[in-house]
Amino acid sequence: MSRAEAVRGASPLWTLGLLRSELITTFRRRRTLALLGVLAAVPVLVGVAVRIETGDGTSAGGGGGGPAFLSQIINNGLFLVFTALAATLPFFLPMAVGVVAGDAVAGEANAGTLRYLLVAPAGRSRLLLTKYAAVMAFCLVATLVVAVSALVTGALLFPLGDLTTISGTRISFSEGLARALLIALVVAVSLIGVAALGLFVSTLTDSGIAAMATTVGLLITVQILDQIPQLHALHPYLFSHHWLSFADLMREPVYWDDLTKNLGLQALYAAVFGSAAWARFTAKDITA
Amino acid sequence: MAPYESENTTTAGEADEPRTRRRRAARYAVPVTVMGVAAATIGLVPALADSGDPDLPEITAAQLIEKIAQSDVERLSGTVRITTDLGLPDLGGLESGLMSGARAQGGDDGSSADPSAKLAELASGTHTLRVAADGPDRQKVSLLENAAEYSLIHDGKDVWGYDSASNEVYHGTVDASGEDREQRPPATPKDFAEEALKSVDDTTSVTVDGTAQVAGRDAYKLVVKPRQSGSTVGAISIAVDHETGMPLKFTLTPSSGGAAVVDVGFTKVSFDRPAASTFEFTPPKGAEVTEDGDLDKGREHSGKPGKAPKSEADLAKGLDGLKMLGEGWNTVAVFDDGEAGGLPTGEAGGDLEGFLGSLGDRVEGEFGTGTVFGTRLVNALITEDGKVYVGAVTKDALVKAADAGK
Repeated sequence: MSRAEAVRGASPLWTLGLLRSELITTFRRRRTLALLGVLAAVPVLVGVAVRIETGDGTSAGGGGGGPAFLSQIINNGLFLVFTALAATLPFFLPMAVGVVAGDAVAGEANAGTLRYLLVAPAGRSRLLLTKYAAVMAFCLVATLVVAVSALVTGALLFPLGDLTTISGTRISFSEGLARALLIALVVAVSLIGVAALGLFVSTLTDSGIAAMATTVGLLITVQILDQIPQLHALHPYLFSHHWLSFADLMREPVYWDDLTKNLGLQALYAAVFGSAAWARFTAKDITA
Repeated sequence: MAPYESENTTTAGEADEPRTRRRRAARYAVPVTVMGVAAATIGLVPALADSGDPDLPEITAAQLIEKIAQSDVERLSGTVRITTDLGLPDLGGLESGLMSGARAQGGDDGSSADPSAKLAELASGTHTLRVAADGPDRQKVSLLENAAEYSLIHDGKDVWGYDSASNEVYHGTVDASGEDREQRPPATPKDFAEEALKSVDDTTSVTVDGTAQVAGRDAYKLVVKPRQSGSTVGAISIAVDHETGMPLKFTLTPSSGGAAVVDVGFTKVSFDRPAASTFEFTPPKGAEVTEDGDLDKGREHSGKPGKAPKSEADLAKGLDGLKMLGEGWNTVAVFDDGEAGGLPTGEAGGDLEGFLGSLGDRVEGEFGTGTVFGTRLVNALITEDGKVYVGAVTKDALVKAADAGK
């Protein structure tokens, strides 16, 4: 006990060092870079498609089909940010997070490096927290990659300027940009529930692939359950249910009800599955 | 040893094995507790927040109705939740198909920003609306949709409809400012309450039934009930703000019991002046603008979402032979289009007859035979000799009225 106490007392810097090495490992992985590349390609694809389709002057997304805000892109490139986030949030973003989170612990166990990590006097709780912090950093980076890629594509292909909120009022471009940033942050926070779930699954198995597959499988299952009207009593508790509420930030005045529900739900998932991951990981026999 | 021990186990000797296991199991108490606390919070907080009915000075029903009539709230903004459950068969896409068909008949061009098109959506399900008003000249109603919004903005002479999902704009003008009430769909509890109080006469009992809290404000509860039996209307409950006299919540429960047919209430309300920018609207660049010179047509079509007849064309045709039977709440309207066989009953009817027949019930009486089409609020009887009886009465009362009207 005394040794652990001593380590705990002397180690804020240690934790930072651990986090830094964890971040470097995560973001240097080819797999992570490939995921980010795919995410960056989505807005480009959407932007080019809208540009080509509307090249002859017809309006896009007639009738309001397709992802949210699609019909406004041609008039204001900033809307590509919202469309891209709305298009990637249901699947691409959480899938990428699921891959990274599922790999976090199980991947180390699979590669046989977990025991060496634990040789370092950091303690299991701290290692797990660091892993979770790294996964959350990935949530933020992934979302920002989508947003920035969409902003650049939108600026190149479409005009920019004042924009109309979905309530019909006008806001300046700079305020629109601020809201875009806020929306990106909300989207990133929307993913911490999946991240916690992935981390928990990751502590259950020693196979990185199995953990990733389970997390992504759960993600798809939850998305399907959310579509079944007969299960509406269950819907408010599914982590993906309020995801698209980020669009409420584009109302004037902002409609907070669903946004706060979403943030509360994500916090709940993070608390439940985070502590479950802790319970599992700190009590686990590390054999690999 | 280090990789094999967790930070809290100091001596994991052989002898401690059962204890260690118990300790390990105990860790799972943390996520379970978190979940339990969350569940308890979700369950208990609404109950605790409901701090009981507020204490307000006694008031008679007549005084309360007077208060509503004198209410002159001109500035407000708030969120309204409207739930309608008419018990219509859930036709899904078919229904909207019929609606758009009806609009095509009306000569509209089918812009999705047309107010009459959007009103149909309010007739079923739960919707969240935002309302804002600043005097008689400036109002706004927005229907909140997933990542989109439909706004109806009245600013002086202009009436704008903006559908953000399709980026389409509808523009109309009103001749004289102030006569916009009709333009606006009956969306707020006030609109519904005024409609309900119009029908108050000696067939109605009106009582004050305690107090309630609505949208964080203390309110009186006014209960309007039909005295006669046979009406499908069980009771109408109106929560009236004690300060401003404005109706905050309107609930219509059917006499058959079950969920409310119409439930409209503020979930948030403020009587401050809304920001001026709320009512300013310029069509966004590239938006498709539909000009509509005569809003009157739209007004004709708007009707009341709670009682919107499903086949307006048919009803309009029948208006020539319109008669009213009964009084008060049990009034039954009779349309006689003079053509026998209002509903095809022969073999010629084919599949259509089978389909329509499956939606209604066959009834017989002194008037002959006919088919009753029912919703939870309005029932209609179509007889074989081409008469249509419609009223907010039960099926039995409808048959009785038909017998009496014979």
